[in-house]
Amino acid sequence: MENILVLTHADESGSALTKASLEAVTAGVELAARLSAPLTIGIVATDTKSAAAALDSTGARLLAVSGEAFAQARYATDAAAVEAICRAANATIVLAPGSSRFTRVAAGVAHRLGGFIDTHITALSRADKIEASRWFYRQRIEAVVSRDVRPWFLMLDAGTHAAFAGASGAAKIEEVAVELPALRTTVSGFRLPAQDQQTIRPDAKMLLVAGAGWTKKQPDGQIHVAEAGKLILGFLRATGASLGSSKSLVDQGGEGEPVLPFLTHMNQIGQTGATPRHAKGLSTCCHGEEPHVVGWRFIADRRAISLDPNCGWTRGKADVVYVADAFPVMAKVNALLEAAKG
Amino acid sequence: MANALHVVVCAGIVPDPLQTLEPITTPTGPGLKNEMVLPAVLDPWAACALYEAANLAQKNPGSKLWLVSLGAKAKLQQVMMTIAQKVPFELVPIDGPIGGFPDAHSTAAVLAETIAALPGLDKTKLLLFGGWESATRGAGVTLQLVGERLGITDQFQGVDQIDLRDDGSFEVLERVEGGKHQASVCAGAPAVLGWATGNLAEPRNNPQVGMANMRTIMPALQKAKATKLDANGLSYVSVSLPKQQRTTRVVKDLTPDEIAAELVAWIGAE
Repeated sequence: MENILVLTHADESGSALTKASLEAVTAGVELAARLSAPLTIGIVATDTKSAAAALDSTGARLLAVSGEAFAQARYATDAAAVEAICRAANATIVLAPGSSRFTRVAAGVAHRLGGFIDTHITALSRADKIEASRWFYRQRIEAVVSRDVRPWFLMLDAGTHAAFAGASGAAKIEEVAVELPALRTTVSGFRLPAQDQQTIRPDAKMLLVAGAGWTKKQPDGQIHVAEAGKLILGFLRATGASLGSSKSLVDQGGEGEPVLPFLTHMNQIGQTGATPRHAKGLSTCCHGEEPHVVGWRFIADRRAISLDPNCGWTRGKADVVYVADAFPVMAKVNALLEAAKG
Repeated sequence: MANALHVVVCAGIVPDPLQTLEPITTPTGPGLKNEMVLPAVLDPWAACALYEAANLAQKNPGSKLWLVSLGAKAKLQQVMMTIAQKVPFELVPIDGPIGGFPDAHSTAAVLAETIAALPGLDKTKLLLFGGWESATRGAGVTLQLVGERLGITDQFQGVDQIDLRDDGSFEVLERVEGGKHQASVCAGAPAVLGWATGNLAEPRNNPQVGMANMRTIMPALQKAKATKLDANGLSYVSVSLPKQQRTTRVVKDLTPDEIAAELVAWIGAE
């Protein structure tokens, strides 16, 4: 019989669980019900009380590691915390959110426990055993995998399950003691990319993808980078969208070509960038496989503005392609959005 | 020589991103159709790690740089013809299967064993570099597992920057959620750094560097030890290409005003 553990951690407040953690809880609750298996939830936080209260209605056994040492994400402390929880839970299946905090340590902990790990899991299927779906070759090939060795760690991609929301209650927490190694790393805080404003918004409904066409010569024979930047930022302000970029546009900075100053490699989607999840995506001035196939794999509703009516990468990948110049279209879109706001 | 480093970069080889990939079943499990004849490149994020490592080694005299790569000898040789011209390194090839389907734990075990046996490697000076995820399996666990096997408990993933200080400590910027970087200061080597894009452009080809590298690369390839990778209980229920093909509506005859109106309605729709 399987014994399921869900690992969770707090957000920057130190006490509330992250959305990705709550999504992993949903996956754990569903899996435990399906396999009729006992469920344990592990919490890593500075203060675990409110996090535990939010999980009371799961009916799960709650194990917690708390204290100032766990306020920040750091390999040595997080690995020790997760290892201690896993040993206390003695689980055969460990589910965890694919957050930067847990992806940094989960494989190491799996090794310490003699277990194995698979990451970027997008679905858990089959009624009587566990089969996990994940993508290979940067979202080009989909596979369903299984393992007959335990413990088996499964890191869940964000956005693949609904966040758990249950009634709060006075949950009973079992504190787990952790023996910390000598610490050689100090976390000094967070830094935003050097740009006018934050353009990466993982929770946004829409993703705007800017391609290299924005910085190419326009019909008047001139380059209009400043205008392009104004249009893109105007759209982001009006819609709250997140900004993605093709590799070529980001790379132009290193090649001495005109650049949009607010773009960094962090905005990049595709083969060497992110594969974000948003409900809608609008690509502008893009051409190529990177934005339309790899970077858009998890965008539900996709539209594109492109001057090339025969772009093979948008055909079959986007729902609608507008054959047009993005400059006047986006200017008008921004004007309409501003007018609608009043 | 106070900050002389021993930098080991783990980097696999992957099909050129422009190639069309088709999964097939082989006697040893899933694979890619015509895998051995597909043009290959060094794994993109691992290549960023290599360039950052070379930059670090150049700035810190007395440093050494090894490139440890697991793959079929013939493919390694093909990729090295290009990579060898970029930066100076010592290649440590391991002759084994390529691709994303072998188990990461087995790959890590082979890499860790090879690194531990590197002649002249001083573990107190070791910075273990690689890509934070590969373009094949994309699991983001191999480097972490190698680090654990080597007993390194200062690990950083999604690294975009390292600033080495005079006392040997260094500051690292790691990518975290929301387009932010987490800044940390580590007391010094040994440490594991899984690189994202970094800040360096791809170095231009330098034939002199290429010739110097190839003098050691060819003999190293000839002596590369063959290895097999265990499945560790991993089995594939199915491997397939995504079937979803969208019916694209191509709109050619609308004015910018009409397109904008349609887009705004779409943006506002739930």
